[in-house]
Amino acid sequence: MVNHTQNIRQSLIEVQNVKKSFKDIKAVKGVNLSIFAGEFIAVLGPNGAGKTTLVEMIEGIQLPDEGKIIISGKEWKNHEKELHKIIGLSLQETRFVDKLTTFETTRLFASFYGLGNNRVNEVLELVGLNDKKKAYVNNLSGGQRQRLALAVALLNKPGILLLDEPTSGLDPNARREIWNILLQLKKENTSLILTTHYMEEAEILCDRIIIMDKGQILAQGTLEEILKQSGKKEVIEFTLHEKINSGDLTNSTLHINWNNNLETGSIVIEDIQLQMSGLFEFLKNKNLTINRFDYRRVTLDDIFTSMTGRHLNE
Amino acid sequence: MNNIYRNQLVQLTNSYIKELIREPAVLFWGILFPILMAWGLGIAFTKQGDVIRTVAIVKHNDLLYKPGNSILYDFLAKNAARKNGNYAITISNKKLGKITYIFKECEWHEAYTLLKKGNIAIIVEDFGKYVNYHFDPASSEAQMVFQQISGMLTTGVKFFASHEDEIKPLTITGTRYVDFLVPGLLSMGIMMSTMWGISYTIIERRSKKLLRRMVATPLKKSNFLIALIIARFIMNVIEALLLFVFSWLYFGTCIQGNLFALLAVFIAGNIAFSGIAVLISSHTSNPEVGNGLINAIVTPMMVISGIFVSYHNFPDWTLPVIRNLPLTMLADCVRSIFNEGAGFAQIWFDILVLLLTGSISFVIGLKVFKWY
Repeated sequence: MVNHTQNIRQSLIEVQNVKKSFKDIKAVKGVNLSIFAGEFIAVLGPNGAGKTTLVEMIEGIQLPDEGKIIISGKEWKNHEKELHKIIGLSLQETRFVDKLTTFETTRLFASFYGLGNNRVNEVLELVGLNDKKKAYVNNLSGGQRQRLALAVALLNKPGILLLDEPTSGLDPNARREIWNILLQLKKENTSLILTTHYMEEAEILCDRIIIMDKGQILAQGTLEEILKQSGKKEVIEFTLHEKINSGDLTNSTLHINWNNNLETGSIVIEDIQLQMSGLFEFLKNKNLTINRFDYRRVTLDDIFTSMTGRHLNE
Repeated sequence: MNNIYRNQLVQLTNSYIKELIREPAVLFWGILFPILMAWGLGIAFTKQGDVIRTVAIVKHNDLLYKPGNSILYDFLAKNAARKNGNYAITISNKKLGKITYIFKECEWHEAYTLLKKGNIAIIVEDFGKYVNYHFDPASSEAQMVFQQISGMLTTGVKFFASHEDEIKPLTITGTRYVDFLVPGLLSMGIMMSTMWGISYTIIERRSKKLLRRMVATPLKKSNFLIALIIARFIMNVIEALLLFVFSWLYFGTCIQGNLFALLAVFIAGNIAFSGIAVLISSHTSNPEVGNGLINAIVTPMMVISGIFVSYHNFPDWTLPVIRNLPLTMLADCVRSIFNEGAGFAQIWFDILVLLLTGSISFVIGLKVFKWY
């Protein structure tokens, strides 16, 4: 639940019952959302959840079929110019021109805002690409490219930053570098909306997490709130000696979730005694024996899986 | 225009040009290739080399080859040298050069195969007292071979040299093939470079999502396209200058007409093709569809607009269409300035049409343009 003081505060971005379809696919099915100044928000969900479509509608790149998006009291159709000035963004998989250098690329975008070389140097410093100014874009690593995209997004000192999977496909080190830059921005009262399918990213960076699936918001709040809302605390995780198929463990009372890739089963605990004894009984009847057994705290992924039967990073 | 938009334009143009000159392949295909083509074709069609033509002879039924039985056989026996089992006759003319005819004795099926492969243009069927010529009357090459062989058979090998003194080869600048070719290549260069350069860049930017990233800023959208057109124009000027300087030094090509008219039609041509390029790339984000679209426009014009051969021999009903194609207009104007000494008086209307074509296409293209 959003706490009381936030309800009184004027929201910066207001998404009101927004819907969007592509041909026969309903990408976003009636989303309501208020985002406040200085808030860091993570939109979490598997591929195809509608995260990108939602964010692109806020960015003004796509128009909603229904509903309204109001940013600082303005809507895209009448205030395109003003809104472009206060928003910074990076799209999923934008590829900059290969044969321009980091500096040239940033300077080109700076000219769109009427900014000069000073600001270009500032943002490149901020994202730690100072020593790569003269490198062609096609010689940059994945992490460096994402940081370049971030530098471009920060040129106009945006009050609102929208990043679509800014760390997707990066190794842990490169990911951490981006997180550090974003945590820096948090101190400057920037608002951030980022989409991700890394739980860790959402936990570390964001004040509020929005879990989406199939075009709808399933849950939202701080990590603690979501975990508490679900009423679930612990998870049993186990592996088996025998090879099985996911269908083999279908059981209406136990709700076993079998991950075929990891060959791991998990059960979100509601009544520990009942479920534990039930599980052992069930496996015994099937002539299956436990290899490893674990008892741990519930994660967002467990909750998501118990809601949808799928994993967040699918 | 205020400062920020001017600066956008400068930075965009600047980065397009950098991008172009940092790609060596662009320099080769855009600048060196047209020059190589002018050189190659110019040489091939100006130096009169020795020509060899092959003709198939098919004996009619049971005709026996022995002296007195066949006019053709007697002619060959008397005049031809034996070469690899064939007969070879060389006819020559001081002004026209030498042509060697190879007569090859064949069966019908062999002759047809040679015909299908394009090795021969004509089959001579020998009836003894007379011959029949089998060829496609629509082929001017075959017609010429027919004339020459029948000439030889009726008046002897000397016939080819008969008008030697009356032939006065034209060598005046402006009347040679290379003079026809260079203005055509120059015009084609504008079309190719503009259509591929502009359309392809737009489509590629769209497919890489760079276009949508750029317009998610206060960028003035038309600046994106105008900068692209300016950058291409600058490249086209360089390309045209190099091609001209080369032909001037190597072939002695010169511009006999009004230089300002040439500049005007050059600019008009650039605008026409830029507009068309923007229009055809206004929607698709698929490079292969883009490829097809560009080819569909460029290829027919390259073939029928009189770049390599004059379109005046095409059927009458096609001429009004061909004459009004932008490439034909551009090439005809450039050619008339180069070779006929034309000025604004002769070509102002074409310039106007090219400008309108470009502007209208650009405006429509911009209206329906898919930025996202």
